[in-house]
Amino acid sequence: MKEPESPTNAQIELRICAEPDYLSVARAVVRQTAQIFGLEEDKAESVALGVVEALTNVIRHSYGGPCDKPIIIMLNKTDFSNKNKPALEIVIRDFGKQVDPESIKGRDLDDIKPGGVGVHIIHSVMDEIEFTPADDCGMQLRLVKYISSKVKQK
Amino acid sequence: MAQDNSYPQGVIKNIRHEGRLVVLELAGEIDMKCSADLKSKIKELFSNKPPVLIVNMTNVSFMDSSGLATLVGALKWCRENDCELKLVGLVERVKSIFEICRLDSVFDIYESEAEALS
Repeated sequence: MKEPESPTNAQIELRICAEPDYLSVARAVVRQTAQIFGLEEDKAESVALGVVEALTNVIRHSYGGPCDKPIIIMLNKTDFSNKNKPALEIVIRDFGKQVDPESIKGRDLDDIKPGGVGVHIIHSVMDEIEFTPADDCGMQLRLVKYISSKVKQK
Repeated sequence: MAQDNSYPQGVIKNIRHEGRLVVLELAGEIDMKCSADLKSKIKELFSNKPPVLIVNMTNVSFMDSSGLATLVGALKWCRENDCELKLVGLVERVKSIFEICRLDSVFDIYESEAEALS
């Protein structure tokens, strides 16, 4: 596995091992950063939920279970989302299995059974979501949440 | 009323047996880290085939799809085994996950234990 070179200009970058113990750490960082960037508390909490869902999917599917391999979470405040609005952009990079982005779908919600709703939750709480295979190995997930101009931005 | 206070850690705060009715009190944050333990404990509770299982979530501040999956699994077992599963005291943040996944109308959700038992 090729280690990341940390080439980003992310305003905040968090690297965790693919262990469930660290989900709460990532959630706290994302929630706090989202608020600093200008999202309201409830939206910041929703974004943090979306990130936890994405990280859970990485641990479960990309890495096949908890392990000591890395997941990198990059957070930026940007004006260059697809809608040209100020936004929180989160990029989640893993170094596990590569899959066809088209195959990453939540299950039919009318089919009541455990599991399979994480992707649906991510779509519900984020404004933009884009899975891409990374250049060398693993996947990259780009999440965007627009920042309302009503909230005072720092 | 029998109380089992041997779960000071994790999300299981307390388990109360009121006759054959079981009240499972949860607290804290339910994510992938603890959902397996929770699933195991609920499965253990089902071994006595309680007619009613109340899950009190008043003190649950966060839950993700892992926790939701555990509860959906419990619901399936209840439906197959003539047991009523009642969820109590969901805070807005937790309730919203049920709504996103359209499960708020699938589960029996109550404001309080008194309402669930009435």
